Amino acid sequence: MIRMSKRIVVDPVTRIEGHLRIEADVQNGKITDAFSSGTAIRGIELVVKNRDPRDVWGYVQRICGVCTSSHALASIRAVEDALDIHIPHNASLIRNMMNGALNLHDHIVHFYHLHAFDWVDAISVLKADPKETSRIAQSISPWPNSSPGYFKSVQDKIKRVADSGQLGIFANGYWGHSAYKLPPEVNLLAVAHYLEALDWQKEIVKIHTIFGGKNPHPHYLVGGMATPLDINMDNGIHSEKLEQIDQLITQAHDFIHQVYIPDLMAIASYYKDWGSKEIGGGLNNYLCYGDFSTKDIRDTKLYRSPRGIILNGNMNEILDVDPHDLNQVSERIDHSWYTYDGKDTGSRHPWKGSTEMNYSGPKPPYEYLDTNKKYSWIKSPRWKSHPMETGPLARLMVGYAANKGDYRAIADDALKKLKLPLSAMHSALGRTLARGLDAGMIVGWMRDDFNQLISNIRQGDQTTFDNSKWEPKTWPDHAFGAGTSEAPRGALGHWIEIKNGKTANYQAVVPTTWNASPRDSADVLGAYESSLRGVPVADPKNPLEILRVVHSFDPCLACAVHLTDLTDQSKTSIHVQ
Amino acid sequence: MKQDEPTIYESVLQKGYSRRTFLKMCAALAATIGLDFSQSGKVAHALETKKRVPVIWLQMQDCTGCSESFIRSSYPKVESVIFNMISLEYMEVLSAAAGFQTEEAEQNVLKKYAGEYILIVEGSVPKEAGYLTIGGRSGGDLLREAAEHAKAVLAFGTCSSWGGIAKAKPNPTGAQPISAVLKGIPIIRVPGCPPIAEVMTGVIAHIVTFDQLPETDMLGRPKAFFRHRIHDKCNRRAYFDAGLFAESFDDPNLKAGYCLFKLGCKGPTTYNSCAEMRWNGGVSYPIQSGNPCIGCSEADFWDNGPFYTHYSKIPLTQTTINPETWGAAAVGAAALGVGAHAGITAAVKHHKEKQQDKGDQNE
Repeated sequence: MIRMSKRIVVDPVTRIEGHLRIEADVQNGKITDAFSSGTAIRGIELVVKNRDPRDVWGYVQRICGVCTSSHALASIRAVEDALDIHIPHNASLIRNMMNGALNLHDHIVHFYHLHAFDWVDAISVLKADPKETSRIAQSISPWPNSSPGYFKSVQDKIKRVADSGQLGIFANGYWGHSAYKLPPEVNLLAVAHYLEALDWQKEIVKIHTIFGGKNPHPHYLVGGMATPLDINMDNGIHSEKLEQIDQLITQAHDFIHQVYIPDLMAIASYYKDWGSKEIGGGLNNYLCYGDFSTKDIRDTKLYRSPRGIILNGNMNEILDVDPHDLNQVSERIDHSWYTYDGKDTGSRHPWKGSTEMNYSGPKPPYEYLDTNKKYSWIKSPRWKSHPMETGPLARLMVGYAANKGDYRAIADDALKKLKLPLSAMHSALGRTLARGLDAGMIVGWMRDDFNQLISNIRQGDQTTFDNSKWEPKTWPDHAFGAGTSEAPRGALGHWIEIKNGKTANYQAVVPTTWNASPRDSADVLGAYESSLRGVPVADPKNPLEILRVVHSFDPCLACAVHLTDLTDQSKTSIHVQ
Repeated sequence: MKQDEPTIYESVLQKGYSRRTFLKMCAALAATIGLDFSQSGKVAHALETKKRVPVIWLQMQDCTGCSESFIRSSYPKVESVIFNMISLEYMEVLSAAAGFQTEEAEQNVLKKYAGEYILIVEGSVPKEAGYLTIGGRSGGDLLREAAEHAKAVLAFGTCSSWGGIAKAKPNPTGAQPISAVLKGIPIIRVPGCPPIAEVMTGVIAHIVTFDQLPETDMLGRPKAFFRHRIHDKCNRRAYFDAGLFAESFDDPNLKAGYCLFKLGCKGPTTYNSCAEMRWNGGVSYPIQSGNPCIGCSEADFWDNGPFYTHYSKIPLTQTTINPETWGAAAVGAAALGVGAHAGITAAVKHHKEKQQDKGDQNE
């Protein structure tokens, strides 16, 4: 193949969930085109066929162990939607707190452990003056771990690793790259908090363990929660465990407001040139299903994270999205390794889906994918033919446009501090910034939900489960349901068809399917691909900038790739070129 | 390994910890890997003389849940595992490098530390190459290459151990456990969906500390963590023995601690340390939090459902039951294999030894 431009391949894209490959064409130091490919598949939706709908949460939860919980939540909501099951208020509060804990965990692990090394040069830490780091730390936050001695000890840790010759996770990083802009002292601050966040993340998930028994992959229950809430039983969730939850929320609040957000603002202030539409902005189409209802999930007006769509960055209009409407959400397969009834192309609503896996990519080992043809296991979801971005930035933009809760105040405050306009949010930096602000709001909602739970218990309500439609004999013979949630990476939808007490069809269209979508037959690009166009790449051998943009979405590939149909398995085939 | 690299003890001292702290850490480690306190000296000695062991962590058809669980470890803390005990030379989730630089780092380790590194695998392997490629190469190819010169191969999680979720019927991608690809190479299985964090770090600590593989059962699972059924150490066990069962999820007796067997609990046929060690630093485990165990560390557990249906008849009371009969019944009911039977026999033996304590446990 003759190319005018140079094609660079990043595979594996690391510090993400799953197996992602990016191919990008670079000309005159800028990306002219990009292709996003998911390179692994398991076929979980096929696995849930004919299973008991009450069990499906457990199977689809294994779509992802990072946003563990999201898929279980969307699944039980889909089943409850199909069977018209209404859960007790306490169960809804517990689910909200679990979803909140997941979002906080995910956002913070993403920022420090998956994204930070795109902005932070870990090795430059060796040149830092710990006294200066201490001064900076104390000027931006009251967080107590801020003495010169503390930062010296962190610096020594990194020095020992560097000196040992066993670099481990730091091996072969892009250290010294010209796109790193932070002074060594700020790098040291970030690396210190990398280690603190590693310690903190194992704490916040205890909210899942108390309410759902374990993490990753806590247990859920159709009809409510099995959590044995009883303040007067030795085997119940009583004051001791509730106090633990209380403390975990407080710790999370402090970590977010005294470590995460101050770090984010400090780092962002050195990368303001990345807060521009030209760098990593992309579609400017935002999709939110909304979540964190104060009462009933069916009443979308009660969502603290609102539902809606923004098209082309038009903040003056919020369009409605309805997962039940057959003419809104669909999935295309034009560039994905599937067929619809033997045809290479087509568009289907999740309830109508029909797909066969049909690998037609190059036989491994291969150097390049043929991106003119099919090149990914990820499908192309579209909302009325528009590609969409989902995630914390989408939530912030829809929340801002809707003027819901604190969205405007929080975004305006952050932008004012950085001296950036609202339009700067449509960017890689904006996405990373929005994630931190999202965490700040969610932890507040968790506090409110916890207080509400305590108030309910005080008034004698310890119910967490509704048994009235547990038995399959109480169900209709045939029913359709849709369950949605705001997962860490955004709008998550699960669709189920139940027939004679069994799962007849199941589909999940997840945030990373939207974001990592390949182009469609009209050559409309997905969010990653679109956001990569125009991004400068200083050194094609060390494409740090590509990672910066792709990581700003927090990719989750195991989520994105799934088999969306339950057709005859014999149709499944592999064609090797 | 190169001689100028510091030992684990040296690297701990260099990190500013005192010898006293180091010894405390050894004692905690000894406890984690199931040794009594008197043996912590052995641990200390081992750590004083060992280099950090290079580790390659491969992800096949996975959900990253095992990696996520791994970083939840409390004893030892994951930071200490990564920076003091092992050198994580290749792990896609945490690696700073990406693309060919990551691949290059892996190739360096394969050469530099041939015969010395531990290979950890998360996820199953599809039969057809196109269902999983990394860096343009097939998953199976990468796995075989990395296993060839590994000092030990650890299958972390139910997918790499048994095939897991991808292998559940109808197994759309022909997913297999890694043992199907690595024929003839001994594999330590650490199943669970995911495994408990401290079980994973405990197995690593065992290998690093004693320079030997842990003893395993017939199915390759470390005895220190998989010798007993969850049922054997369950906090609701006394109620099972007394014949007291929660009848539904809104049954007040569920909150009182009654047994979840009638709600489908698979604890009686599941070998794991959930009831003993509990999850996330000992906070709880599914049964304690009101949920029947789904048996996630057992082979093909996804096809042993439904979750909320129990298999066998419930004996009226366990206090006078013949344990030999019960063991046989459990095996027959769950249609488990020979290995599981061996495990159950071990459990029964243990059960017999504990018989005299029974009276105290029942209400």
